[in-house]
Amino acid sequence: MISRRDFLQVSMAASALVGASGFGNWGRLAAQQSLTQDQLLEFDTFGNISIIHVTDIHAQLKPIYFREPSINLGVGANRGQVPHITGADFRKAYGIADGSPSAYALTYDDFSSLAKGYGRVGGLDRMSTVINAIRADRPDALLLDGGDTWHGSMTCYKTEGQDMVNVMNALKPDAMTFHWEFTLGSDRVNEIVEGLPFAALGQNIFDAEWDEPAELFKPYKFFDRGGAKVAVIGQAFPYMPIANPGWMFPEYSFGIRDENMQAMVDEVREAGADVVVCLSHNGFDVDKKMASVVTGIDVILSGHTHDALPEPVLVGKTHIIASGSNGKFVSRVDLDVRDGQMMGLKHKLIPIFSDVIAPDPVVTKLIDEQRAPYKAELEEVIGQTDSLLYRRGNFNGTWDDLICDALLSEREADIAMSPGVRWGPSLVPGDDITREDIWNVTSMSYGAAYRTEMTGEFIKVILEDVADNIFNPDPYYQQGGDMVRIGGMGYRIDITKPQGERITEMTLLKTGEAIDPAKSYVVAGWASVNEGTEGPQIWDVVENHIKKMGTVTVSPNNSVKVVGA
Amino acid sequence: MEFSRRETLAMGLGAAVLTVLPFRVNAAAEDMIAEFTGGADLSDSGVELTAPEIAENGNTVPISVSAPGATAIMVLATGNPTPGVATFNFGPGAASQSASTRIRLAGTQDVVAVAKLADGSFAKASAAVKVTIGGCGG
Repeated sequence: MISRRDFLQVSMAASALVGASGFGNWGRLAAQQSLTQDQLLEFDTFGNISIIHVTDIHAQLKPIYFREPSINLGVGANRGQVPHITGADFRKAYGIADGSPSAYALTYDDFSSLAKGYGRVGGLDRMSTVINAIRADRPDALLLDGGDTWHGSMTCYKTEGQDMVNVMNALKPDAMTFHWEFTLGSDRVNEIVEGLPFAALGQNIFDAEWDEPAELFKPYKFFDRGGAKVAVIGQAFPYMPIANPGWMFPEYSFGIRDENMQAMVDEVREAGADVVVCLSHNGFDVDKKMASVVTGIDVILSGHTHDALPEPVLVGKTHIIASGSNGKFVSRVDLDVRDGQMMGLKHKLIPIFSDVIAPDPVVTKLIDEQRAPYKAELEEVIGQTDSLLYRRGNFNGTWDDLICDALLSEREADIAMSPGVRWGPSLVPGDDITREDIWNVTSMSYGAAYRTEMTGEFIKVILEDVADNIFNPDPYYQQGGDMVRIGGMGYRIDITKPQGERITEMTLLKTGEAIDPAKSYVVAGWASVNEGTEGPQIWDVVENHIKKMGTVTVSPNNSVKVVGA
Repeated sequence: MEFSRRETLAMGLGAAVLTVLPFRVNAAAEDMIAEFTGGADLSDSGVELTAPEIAENGNTVPISVSAPGATAIMVLATGNPTPGVATFNFGPGAASQSASTRIRLAGTQDVVAVAKLADGSFAKASAAVKVTIGGCGG
């Protein structure tokens, strides 16, 4: 097993660079001058196998800003455990200096000013440079994509994922698993997967009618690397037909299926696997529980919940790696595998600082080609923002506040609901808001903005239901998003209570009156999982609203009172 | 018994229709378990129940039960207005004592399987299945 010494080799690329730069070291000082590509990539090649993990890119081909959450609560056994620490607590836990590149990459404080210094992150052309550099060290390094790749932008929507497929294929992944991909509809997913030049994996992707493994998706694949046999088992997002519209892919069934995962681990071990890697879209807490239930997985490459952690989390003998989202990070994991077992692991979470890492010109050209037909549409400036616009947070984010305002105003509603998804880049104060920026936080294949009446009682049922999907103390009952965002209504939530008792003090903000369970309210929202939902597309609703506002200012949202955090 | 998938599905439907316990409609699940076991103690091991943690569709939730050596396995949806789902009986020639079916769940509840084992003792397994109106993922 891994020794403490091996474990300490785990590090984050940028953490050692600025050293004792100290508090308040903002500004442009670090980005271009003191941070170099070589520093970001520095890694003493270890063992005999290298794995590169990317996940939850959400179709972000170009560099973006991405602010990490200020509130990300854990419940039950995960209360206060990583990844459920943020800000100063996070920096303290990992020894990250305030104002350092790592602080900017991994925490939320002073985001706007740090963003001006360190610049945008991500971009698949930068990611390509990092991948190529790792392959220069280790030519047979495995590149594994955790999914949520073919969703999240205007070009991805308009090409039904083809832009992402084209660019990702140029990066030459070895395997992939899935989530939002299925919202393209099963016909389109099948069409793409049939043509993929790499393995499409998911031990939990089943045929819904027969409850048997789906033929198109294999549970695992073997790779001969560094004289060892590496088994990569896929784990797709377990709750696809529940969290997303199941009617779009009725032929498929998912679920955690940990008993089948154990069977697959046993099967690959039986077939001679020296090391077992799980490419997962479970979400971090689900992966932790699965690692405690299933024996024999050496490494879980975790996706879905968008957590970025500078060190692996060890559960039993399983190392769990979390590699962030939106193209912001690449994880490199080197393994020492000998005599049929993993002897050591070395890991580095590499932040993709787009001003520091040189773009790969071949991929830049390919990206530009995908965007060219839509360039004018993408780049049209709709308005400006005076506020930091971000999404991440358990209860609200300024992007969703703005979207809820748009729904209330454009759809003349009492109450607005916006889904608690975790994708969508940020904008910093002073930025233009382009049409692309709006699509980056709204694009989806079921974006119709509905307008309907709901009783106060039903609104509470919805809030209780969603809250239990986040705050159920058993991770296997968590779906991994955040709380549905509410405009026009305030409420109090006690996250420690059981379903049905968490939500109280629901108040209609415009009158200050308590929500009447028997009374009907006009509710506008988007991203309904129900078939036949009607209404204008949410990106058009938001665009119209921003056009009218000109310059957007989002005031602090204090309408959710959180208890038990 | 080894079933092909077609036979399993047919059996599942047949079992649900034919052996659903029609007596004492709305009887509490505990009563039905007591009836099945004659009040005998229930062991925690000996029967396995596989069910999804969250139902993809509450109207048709796939479950499977397995109890090596059992002569019968009763399945209950404890929260349904009619908790009885099915009782699977296994004859001496059965190669395996397992069955799969799909059940309808009125809401979030515990699904329970009680097996009568070869030695005449009883075992129970339970699984909480959540039926949710759905929402939004990461």
